[in-house]
Amino acid sequence: MNFDELFGHLGQHTVDGLAKGSIYALVALGYTLVYGVLKLINFAHSEVFMIGTFAVLGVWNLLGADGTQGVAMTLLLLAAGLLGGALASGATAVAVERVAYRRLRQLNAPPLIFLITAIGISMVLSETFGIWQGRLVVGMPTLIKQKVAFTIFGTEVTNTQLITIVAALVMMFALDQFINRTRYGRGVRAVAQNPDAAALMGVNKDRVIMLIFLLGGLLAGAAALLYSVRYGNTRFNVGFLLGLKAFTAAVLGGIGNLRGALLGGLLLGVVEVYAATLTQSNWEDVAAFVVLVVVLLFRPTGLLGESLGRARA
Amino acid sequence: MGLSAALLGMAACQDAGSDDTTDSAACGGKIAIFGAFTGPNAGLVIPSLNGAKLAVKQFNAANPDCKVTMQDFDTQGNADQATPIANQVAQDQSFTSVIGGHFSGESKATMATYDAAGLVMVSPSATAAELTTLGHKNFFRVVGNDDTQGEAAVTYIKNVLKGQKVFVIDDGQTYGVGIIDKVKAGLGATVAGSDKVQTDQQNFDATISKIKSAKADVIAYGGYTNEAAPLLKQARAAGVTAKFLGFDGLYDPGFPKGAGAAADGAVVTCPCLPAAEAGGTFSADFTKEYGEAPGSYGAEGYDGATILLEGYKAGKKTRAELQEWVRAYDKQGVSKYLKFAENGDVDKSKVVIWSYDITGGAFKAQQEIKLS
Repeated sequence: MNFDELFGHLGQHTVDGLAKGSIYALVALGYTLVYGVLKLINFAHSEVFMIGTFAVLGVWNLLGADGTQGVAMTLLLLAAGLLGGALASGATAVAVERVAYRRLRQLNAPPLIFLITAIGISMVLSETFGIWQGRLVVGMPTLIKQKVAFTIFGTEVTNTQLITIVAALVMMFALDQFINRTRYGRGVRAVAQNPDAAALMGVNKDRVIMLIFLLGGLLAGAAALLYSVRYGNTRFNVGFLLGLKAFTAAVLGGIGNLRGALLGGLLLGVVEVYAATLTQSNWEDVAAFVVLVVVLLFRPTGLLGESLGRARA
Repeated sequence: MGLSAALLGMAACQDAGSDDTTDSAACGGKIAIFGAFTGPNAGLVIPSLNGAKLAVKQFNAANPDCKVTMQDFDTQGNADQATPIANQVAQDQSFTSVIGGHFSGESKATMATYDAAGLVMVSPSATAAELTTLGHKNFFRVVGNDDTQGEAAVTYIKNVLKGQKVFVIDDGQTYGVGIIDKVKAGLGATVAGSDKVQTDQQNFDATISKIKSAKADVIAYGGYTNEAAPLLKQARAAGVTAKFLGFDGLYDPGFPKGAGAAADGAVVTCPCLPAAEAGGTFSADFTKEYGEAPGSYGAEGYDGATILLEGYKAGKKTRAELQEWVRAYDKQGVSKYLKFAENGDVDKSKVVIWSYDITGGAFKAQQEIKLS
């Protein structure tokens, strides 16, 4: 147990963990939105994220990013990457809903069937990319050179970490406002609370469901951009482990609860970095899932509990 | 993902039935070659497959009255997929010799099956030291093992990189752990820190913090590209300037491609010969046939096939005869002088280990590392 390292640079490890957790949180929102409304775990969401990273890479290659461009070009590349990633992920999420879930919903299929089609679609997408793009890690151009943005109490926060954390918080806040303050958001909450009553009140359920898949996909695309900027790599199964962690984060915070996804993601990121620092990096998953099990034993509904329909506080 | 990969693998070996049954022809036979011909680490193995194919093609052209065929079986480098293939090849009496495995895990998993069937295995690239300690007399390899590669790496770190504080990392798998343990033992007190990463890990912040705290001047990494490339890229982005040393698992064009500019200056050791150093016309023939220079283990794949082909030429027909042939082999090959010790390792005095460094995204042979 390397306590010297952990407590000697506690601030550093915390910032590392928060940056890592921000990406979990953004992906976790996709799981939580869908679960909150449909009580369905969309396992294909990890591939929605994966396709986002390849879209970002594709857009950057198309525009000739090579890591030597000026500030204006960097901003343009970031914007184009965000647009490309979000559109690709959003379109994938909506398509997955249309292909794999909508008909099953109309047939009133039991929940287990949804789970099977979700896993099936997930495999189809990731294996297709594995065959098409190869199974080896694919490098991306380094868009933003990592630099120390500022130092606070001896803790160095780098520019990419800052971008990741701030962007994740902003998007989280925007989504929260959207769900709680707009007409569309009210529709989402209504369907989450009571789909039949919502339908009777004139809410178009299919439209609402498409909307939540789209929102989850857009956020996964944004997460894909942040991931690409910070790590500069992707591969066909990049979503598998990350999706699993994001799902864990969603459950940890209370699945169906937007703020819970944020809390769960950040907590998971920090726990993993602490555990990896204390022992060896290959212990981080053990620690993450021990925390999950312990939290669920004491709070079966997750840290913040509640569902999307009631989460307002 | 593992499940579907296994399904694909099974589909891929469906068509491997026996076409020509035991013929009484005076000369010739059938070789099975298995390895990761697709999958994440195929880049390491394809040159060897191509080297072996080239040897067979040349042999058949030169010996029209002694036809040898070779059938390839794709394991994706996965021991679970290599096992059913081994059963199938062992039962099919038309196969009289085997080239493989290319990785240590798949070799270990299939050795007993091939041994029981009396099939000789000639491996171009399975380097885990333990493979020749398991008591299977049918296994021979034309490369040095990881113990000798580890020794060479220690020599290289001490004499060339002049490392004072070495940070060692492995991926927790047979190959990575084996070689890093050897390096650790050889370096002793100059090891300033260590970490273990896991397969498919994506974020290496904790590892990078440890490297920085240890003030390491050399990083030694035992494992494969999928983890090493992102790790190196993130470490360089975070301002780590320590020299990076990998082993033959990273001698794969995918590694500099995945790590991008961060890979420049990285070094890998490999018990494989640079193409330009290979004997005879091998390098030129290979380049002519495939339009690219032989990569990792191209010469070793050619040598492995040649040993068996010469056996067929000498009139060896049965599995037992071929096994005896390989055991007694004693001749210059293109990669090195080929002669096997009692346990199936290539004679230690004949092992060659080279270092390769990366400049501008491509590997360049640097120097031969002499074992002290």
